[in-house]
Amino acid sequence: MDYFDRFAVPHPSPAIYASMVAIGLTVIAIFAGLTYFKKWGYLWREWLTTVDHKRIGIMYLISALLMLFRGGADAIMMRAQLAAPENTLLDAQHYNEIFTTHGIVMIIFMAMPFIMAFMNFVVPLQIGARDVAFPRLNALSFWLFFMGAMLLNISFVVGGSPDAGWTSYFPLASNEFSESVGTNYYMFALQISGLGTLMTGINMITTILKMRAPGMTLMKMPMFTWSSLVANIIIVFAFPVLTVALLMGTMDRLFATNFFTTANGGMDMLWANFFWVWGHPEVYILILPAFGIYSEIISTFSRRNLYGYKSMVGSMVIISLLSFLVWTHHFFTMGQGALTNSIFSITTMAIAVPTGVKIFNWLFTLWKGKIVITTPMLYSLLFIPIFTIGGVTGVMLGMSAADYQYHNTMFLVAHFHMVIIPGVVFGMLAGLHYYWPKMFGFKLNDKIGKVEAWVISMSTLLAFMPMFFSGLDGQARRMYTYSESTGFGIYNMISMVGAVGLAIGFCLIVYNVYYSTRYASRDVGSDPWNARTLEWATHSPVPEYNFAMTPQVNSLEPFWDAKKRGHELFTGYYEKIHMPNNSGVPFILGCIFFAWGFSFIFGMWIPAIVTTIGIFACMAYRSFENDHGRYISVNEIQKTETSRGA
Amino acid sequence: MKKKWSFLTIIFTIVIMLTGCEPLLVLDPKGPQAERQASDIMLSIGIMSVIVLVVFVILIIMLVKYRASKQREDYEPPHIEGNIWVEVICVGIPVLIVAYLSFVSVQSNNIVESAPKGYEDKEPLIVYASTSNWKWHFSYPEENIETVNYLYIPTDRALEFKLYSYGPITSFWIPQLGGQKYAMADMLTTLHLAADAPGEYMGRNASFSGKGFAENTFNVTAIPQAEFDEWVEEVKESAEPLTEEKFVELLKPSIVGQSTFTGTHLEFLPPPKKHNKHTNRASNSEHSEHNKY
Repeated sequence: MDYFDRFAVPHPSPAIYASMVAIGLTVIAIFAGLTYFKKWGYLWREWLTTVDHKRIGIMYLISALLMLFRGGADAIMMRAQLAAPENTLLDAQHYNEIFTTHGIVMIIFMAMPFIMAFMNFVVPLQIGARDVAFPRLNALSFWLFFMGAMLLNISFVVGGSPDAGWTSYFPLASNEFSESVGTNYYMFALQISGLGTLMTGINMITTILKMRAPGMTLMKMPMFTWSSLVANIIIVFAFPVLTVALLMGTMDRLFATNFFTTANGGMDMLWANFFWVWGHPEVYILILPAFGIYSEIISTFSRRNLYGYKSMVGSMVIISLLSFLVWTHHFFTMGQGALTNSIFSITTMAIAVPTGVKIFNWLFTLWKGKIVITTPMLYSLLFIPIFTIGGVTGVMLGMSAADYQYHNTMFLVAHFHMVIIPGVVFGMLAGLHYYWPKMFGFKLNDKIGKVEAWVISMSTLLAFMPMFFSGLDGQARRMYTYSESTGFGIYNMISMVGAVGLAIGFCLIVYNVYYSTRYASRDVGSDPWNARTLEWATHSPVPEYNFAMTPQVNSLEPFWDAKKRGHELFTGYYEKIHMPNNSGVPFILGCIFFAWGFSFIFGMWIPAIVTTIGIFACMAYRSFENDHGRYISVNEIQKTETSRGA
Repeated sequence: MKKKWSFLTIIFTIVIMLTGCEPLLVLDPKGPQAERQASDIMLSIGIMSVIVLVVFVILIIMLVKYRASKQREDYEPPHIEGNIWVEVICVGIPVLIVAYLSFVSVQSNNIVESAPKGYEDKEPLIVYASTSNWKWHFSYPEENIETVNYLYIPTDRALEFKLYSYGPITSFWIPQLGGQKYAMADMLTTLHLAADAPGEYMGRNASFSGKGFAENTFNVTAIPQAEFDEWVEEVKESAEPLTEEKFVELLKPSIVGQSTFTGTHLEFLPPPKKHNKHTNRASNSEHSEHNKY
């Protein structure tokens, strides 16, 4: 039995047993449901083996929403534990595991797939392409991300969750201080999904640079495509750092190397440096695509072109450069001296300038517009003030001497939630409502949508504003409890109310999806928002080949020109369309990677070797495979186009 | 200038009001370093509030004036490319603000990283503060005493803390005396503080270090120099000596109360040799093999 002891949770509680049962029942229900409704074939043909960027985008979207609730459950437990002083709902070990997984899940497995969802779904449509440059690689990216996410999510029922914080600083994350396999999970889950992200980066850059419709020069690209291009360039430069750091961390934990240990010449702060050299650009990887979505939405619903397009592009490029020059601000207090801190203090505050330019450009896009407030627009308009509060506190944190007082406190926690939630989450929710009709052919209910937006934004303020105060009052982050005499109780109680509000808001989104699926009108046409860019020029839902004919582009807003100025978007006649074939290899490879990660996590060397061979076998198979894709005939195109009312 | 200060006062009052009249620790400084940091914080809150206000006002004006419901049915918004002068203002003003804050920031960095001003007549008190899971060890090499989880300091005298850790990275923080700094296993860091007023202050490890992190706190008592000397004498008379066995026992992971010893662990287990800036008195030891420098 000793062999199986390693899979036991080292620190079990009723909540964990309950989740084991819940996970078991859900899996059984899914399998039973698929068998009963005879959907196995459908699932395999249409989803598991798909290489269609739109379906992959939708799978990213579903994963992101699931992970939002997983990370949200963690958040609620944390806030409940802290709501009252000396609370005993969770013990220290559980609290540590929960805030660790909350961070990892929300950043890596919620925010990342959310932006990937929109990049995948929207970018090829916006540039008038039929798919991404490497459709099968795209499927592999998704499955690697998905398997990484699943790997992390089984950690709390098999072997124990990581407990060293999402930053996983060594030596705390070393075997000496983090004895369970939790941090191994961290290393492999991030490694596997990180590889997927890196592939997406390469894929998207190639797609955007090589597959734009005729006439679409770089400076005629829609803002979301621009933001995706910049974000993916950051990915390609930043993620290799993470890959190497994780590899070194893995070596330390599994093979007794001493990269980050405190003995034998290891340097613990080297991990912190590596982590943030990746981690800070990562923040901009998340937020730039959200900025892109806001640009699209604000311009659409102001019924105006985006103000200062060139400076928007320029500011993104500057942000991407600066994002690599500020990582030390995550540890101003390491003791590197006044000079180093001064340099990084200035670069950090300098980021406020291009970000400010973007805020003002959005405000001036409203100027002389004809503002229609719909749900996506409401999210965008609520983003501006809340993000501004979060953003200016970032400038405050950038003052390095003062940062000695903010560092590691709830003030910092308040700051990054007040930028990431309005910045990324609002952006993704706005995108969700905005692109929903393009994805599924009906709109989400606008009334429920507006209630969501208000509930979520006000709850964000309620949950995180008090943390600025408790931080300045000396509440360090990641404390699982505090005594009554500290006086933190009131702030944390208000935060708890906000957290409950956020939970209600997110449940409203689910209700909205349910309600609209049942009752919303299916007759919304291809352009329900009176939008301006190419993705709205094709049908909703989009046919698999995206555009029956390649669109001709002459300006920044070709679809708007087609509607208002008689620009001919589609000229010529139908021709047969070359499309890639579906493939099961990415899914299978993803599963092998899952087993590979699992074997390494528990140090099971024989399965580790077998799966490693399996990975190379899959790649070899792909190299020798003869697959030239297939053609959609003119007849078929005509049929599809007529049935969708072209 | 007058306006700026009255604005800062208003903000300060609001902050105080919101916290039930009890000042927040960080904004209630009791030493020169913390004072500088608190004034930086108030200054940046003031300037940032103006920016937030400007954004809010512009947003509200735009929303009130340009709503579709306020306009003619056939109003067609114009195509506006952007204006070079607007861009110059949008870049220029933030650049000026950031430049000013950078200037202040660089100045403050040099202040908090050097010995506090005004106490040049006295030698600074040097305290070696080290952590092990999850406690604080304070060694007073000159007084030749050591305490666990509590700290006595003289007022009106510069304090120089030498920080290191027997384990995970920790962060030494006494909010009312000044900001924090990391304590790490393979190098020695220096934090300069001073206390202007006698009193009891909260001190803690601010950097997450595992299960006992929440309890990883210490009490700070600041007393005038004469009383401090008395306390040292008292400790020397009453406390038992710190032996190597006792100290190794203490290093094991645990949450313990306060204790006091004569002698310091520096003699048999010196701190890491590598240091960030200032000289330290660590002798060569077995610890030098722990780092290759």
